Amino acid sequence: MLLVRSLMKGNTGYYVGAILSTLGMVVINYITPLLLSLVLDSVLGETEPNGPGFMIAWYQWMGGRQALLNNLWICGLWLVLLNVGGGLFQFLNGRLSAVASENIARTLRNRLYNHLSRLEFNYHVKAETGDLIQRCTSDVETVRRFLSTQLVQIVRAVAMMVIALCILLPLNRPLTLVAMAMVPLIFLFSMLFFRLVIKRFRESDEAEGVMSATLQENLTGMRVVRAFGRQRFETEKFDQRSSDFRRKTDHFLKLLAWYWSASDFMCMAQTGLVLIVGIFLCIRGEISLGTLVVFTQYESMLLWPVRQMGRILADMGKSMVSLDRLDEILLQKPESDAPDSVEPPIDGDIVFRNVSFAYNDDNPVLQNLSLTIPRGKTVAILGATGSGKSTLVHLLQRLYEYRSGSITIGGVELNRIKKRWLREHVGIVLQEPFLYSKDIRENIRIVNPDLPEEAVFEAAHIACIHEGILEFERGYDTIVGERGVTLSGGQKQRVAIARTLLKDNDVLIFDDSLSAVDTQTDASIRAALKHSTKNLTTIIISHRITTLSEADLIFVLEDGHIVQSGTHEELSRQEGLYKRVCSIQNALETELGQTLA
Amino acid sequence: MQFQEEQDYTKRFDLTLWKRLLKYARPFYGFLAALCVCMVINAVVDVVFPMMTRYAIDNFIAKETVAGLGGFIALYLLLLLVQVLVIFGFQRCASKVEVGVCYTIRKLAFEKLQQLSFSFYDKTSVGYLMARMTSDTQRLADTIGWTLIDLVWGSVYMVLTAVAMLYYNWKLALLVLSVLPVLAVVSAYFQSVILKNHREVRKTNSRITGAFNEGIMGAKTTKTLVREDRNFEEFQVLTNTMRNSSVRAATFSSIYMPIVTSLGSIVTGLALWKGGYDTLSGAISLGTLVIFINYTVSFIEPVRSIANIFSEMQSAQAAAERVVSLVETEPDIVDGPEITAVYGDQFSPKTENWPKIHGDVDFEHVSFQYKGGEKVLSDFTLHVKAGQNIALVGETGSGKSTIVNLICRFYEPTEGSILIDGVDYRQRSQLWLQSHLGYVLQSPHLFSGTVRENIRYGRLDATDEEVERAAEMVRADHFISKLEKGYDTDVGEGGNRLSTGEKQLISFARAILANPAIFVLDEATSSIDTETEQAIQYAISKMLSGRTSFIVAHRLSTIKNADRILVISQGRVIEDGTHKQLLEKRGHYYTLYTNQFKEEGELSALGKSLEA
Repeated sequence: MLLVRSLMKGNTGYYVGAILSTLGMVVINYITPLLLSLVLDSVLGETEPNGPGFMIAWYQWMGGRQALLNNLWICGLWLVLLNVGGGLFQFLNGRLSAVASENIARTLRNRLYNHLSRLEFNYHVKAETGDLIQRCTSDVETVRRFLSTQLVQIVRAVAMMVIALCILLPLNRPLTLVAMAMVPLIFLFSMLFFRLVIKRFRESDEAEGVMSATLQENLTGMRVVRAFGRQRFETEKFDQRSSDFRRKTDHFLKLLAWYWSASDFMCMAQTGLVLIVGIFLCIRGEISLGTLVVFTQYESMLLWPVRQMGRILADMGKSMVSLDRLDEILLQKPESDAPDSVEPPIDGDIVFRNVSFAYNDDNPVLQNLSLTIPRGKTVAILGATGSGKSTLVHLLQRLYEYRSGSITIGGVELNRIKKRWLREHVGIVLQEPFLYSKDIRENIRIVNPDLPEEAVFEAAHIACIHEGILEFERGYDTIVGERGVTLSGGQKQRVAIARTLLKDNDVLIFDDSLSAVDTQTDASIRAALKHSTKNLTTIIISHRITTLSEADLIFVLEDGHIVQSGTHEELSRQEGLYKRVCSIQNALETELGQTLA
Repeated sequence: MQFQEEQDYTKRFDLTLWKRLLKYARPFYGFLAALCVCMVINAVVDVVFPMMTRYAIDNFIAKETVAGLGGFIALYLLLLLVQVLVIFGFQRCASKVEVGVCYTIRKLAFEKLQQLSFSFYDKTSVGYLMARMTSDTQRLADTIGWTLIDLVWGSVYMVLTAVAMLYYNWKLALLVLSVLPVLAVVSAYFQSVILKNHREVRKTNSRITGAFNEGIMGAKTTKTLVREDRNFEEFQVLTNTMRNSSVRAATFSSIYMPIVTSLGSIVTGLALWKGGYDTLSGAISLGTLVIFINYTVSFIEPVRSIANIFSEMQSAQAAAERVVSLVETEPDIVDGPEITAVYGDQFSPKTENWPKIHGDVDFEHVSFQYKGGEKVLSDFTLHVKAGQNIALVGETGSGKSTIVNLICRFYEPTEGSILIDGVDYRQRSQLWLQSHLGYVLQSPHLFSGTVRENIRYGRLDATDEEVERAAEMVRADHFISKLEKGYDTDVGEGGNRLSTGEKQLISFARAILANPAIFVLDEATSSIDTETEQAIQYAISKMLSGRTSFIVAHRLSTIKNADRILVISQGRVIEDGTHKQLLEKRGHYYTLYTNQFKEEGELSALGKSLEA
């Protein structure tokens, strides 16, 4: 509810306007039958004018019966004026509530998007994307619909009831009671019945889900279906699901048919009741013909909103659930910096001292890890899966926070550096990079769209993808990602490298990202990099001995701490993982020797 | 999720298309007829109700008598009951038509999908097909039933009201009817503008969904690139567009009704004015005046519902075109009538006439190109003896997968022929070949259901023991027995509750249960842990023994164990021989092998297996 209040901010005016125009519309719509009744009774007929004071005042102001009778067109004109006035209010109501609810929907969407992008890295590692997208789209839609139409409709229905009572009661008390006799019943009936309808609808919806899933599996598994010749089996399976969906939808629609015919019955019975009792009263002279017309017309205006209200109230639970689901996202804590954070130059040695880290308490990933990465050097990290090498480099962009030990860059403690600043100066190419649905040019200069094309080409050159891009039919204009061309893992990785190069990096990290390209490309990318950059500190995670051996310094990581460090020459003489990896070359030669002997 | 933007309307009304569509509604003609009857009655009653009021005014109120009121009440009740029955009736008929047509079209389309060739699937995404089979079909079925309701009710109501008015007072009636054309034109204009606006909104909405998708999926990357602000700016452009076009659409919709009612009220005003004098002069009764006023108000609804039909049809037609074109697509690979006569088709095979397969496979001067693509194979000849294990190696795009696709007859050679046991496979039915084929994919595909059901997919009449024996043969029983419910464990949608390696093993068991004469295996390149890797290697060797097999191989152990290794490059076999023979050549295979050896060695030292 706090959420609703904060969303309403700035739109209260529109809502008040919308509600006022609804009231205006209701009042004016109610006047039309009164006018008709007056004309029937006291202009065309000769009864004394009867009805609310303002109508009688109007009658007198117009000059009474004779004047109106001589100029009957005036009555017609007023009828038109009333309708135009009512229409104006109706339009205002539609427009104002649209403005209010669309503004709110926009705020909600913006807030969700912005908030999600500022949540912690870890949130996104664990997030279920399908569910999140569902919330951001269909839940927002449910809330929007509630705010744009349903809320105003409830107000309208209530207003219509109250105003109708105010006008009808003075006209004739017993007939008013008759006119309202079945209204609560109709309301309750629609509310309760609609609950049931919603339940049936859910069943049909689920059956549709099952059917779609079967279809999707069939389509994605078409090769399997064909290879086993299971066309008939699949058709029978689908037929079964499709029949089930058909049956359940039919059930739902049947209930709906019951609902409509039963509530139509009640509404028509109510109208008939008023008509018949009204005829009696008319004949006994208790009400005029005009009054009867007012009653029947009011009845027909009133019943529809009452029915709708029952339906909306039954449906309202959904909007509340949606609001809660959105609130859940917005209540997640976003990333933040400590108040005394600084923006130092990122250009010294990187020093890890006794760093320990765990994603959850009982499972340490890094334990007492210490190492120094000298400024401007290229260091390589070798380690088995789960040894903590990815975690180590993620810490350098503060994607995760270390809690014990210390990491410094140029002597400044890492968690005192502003995240934004740090990330701008430390480039990382993730293992599974994401490309945006833009063309390749925009993807490469994603961090700075103002960069000239030459810079883009140069980065693409270094990442060994320039030629590849030119081979595409539309070259750099090729759209990639969700809506465009699907690139291979290696191509994606190279585009990701190119775009990271265009950042203002002082430190550049390859998180096993060169593995997706073949050995030769790996080598040429590294060579080109060496050529083009000055004092860049480079950290490469790799399993390729050629890559590792060319680094200035190599660290071997095992179970969350450094077990070996040194140059290629040093490490290849020590017993350990590095030497084991190195010895594969020898193993190959032995193997070849044996086979070819 | 699908973000394809597609045209969701067409300009021209295409009558022949709708005629073709009505064909699918044929089983429901009865309901459609009943529906029309209901709507006619409904409209008649709707017109009669105001007459009841008129009668009451003129006969009871004006004459101040209750004589005949009992009959009046009875008639009113009767009309009410008829109306309720008719409402129930037309709702039921329309729903029967709706769900029935949906079901029929889906069934036909699904059967078609089972027959269409892979050349079709190459250029059609699953998302596209899903949308055709779900939302388009639904919209189509909705339109058929409910449009008819609008059409019949609207026109009958309009005609009857006009007749009634003309009967009561033709002068007044003509006055009222004169506004009708204006009303119709205004309605038609607004309906089409409103539809266009809504289309705009929908389009923007799907772009917002896409942006959310990207924002969420790419959140990690965005963070490392510090691009939050720019992304948000771009997103705000979208939400602003959405806000503005939604408000525009809502504004238009909320102008429409007031304009129409105002136009209507002019008529009411005129009726009151002219009709009022007529009552004074005694030309019409007071009741008639009231009924005229009622009719002028209720005239708006049928005009609106008929105007609505055109915009509905306009958007449904696009859906109809797509659905019909799917149902009427002809597959590229078809068994001729003389072949189905002997061997049956996909749905009713005549297995009794099927010859047994030994497993000789011959490519005779085969050329192949994908539709509109370059030639992948040209003059390719290959002879494989029954029982031989063939490993196909080579770079991506060399033509390995094409060879395999041709063997499975997922595609047919554009020139030359492929012989199975010495006979061109086009002389037999597709199902005959595919039923004797074991095919294991690179990324294993399972269906929702239990482990047991998934293995049994290989042979539907296999007993539980046979299923379990198949699992044991590929040593999948170890992990299956550790699952919560063993063989009865639900594997989840697409098997996603199992790891890739586990899915792989189940797909092997499935293939082995089918006991095929020819095996085709597209080896996985994804990473699996060493233990599973060994289990899979064991399973593969088990599956292949004694069967003709073609493996698109990525792993050294698989390659080394093959009887024959073919190195494929640009659609040609450049090296052919055993592992030892090819190494001795020191050619392509030698380089490929040494590179692969290092890569696998480095990874296995780190406790991983092969990674693509």
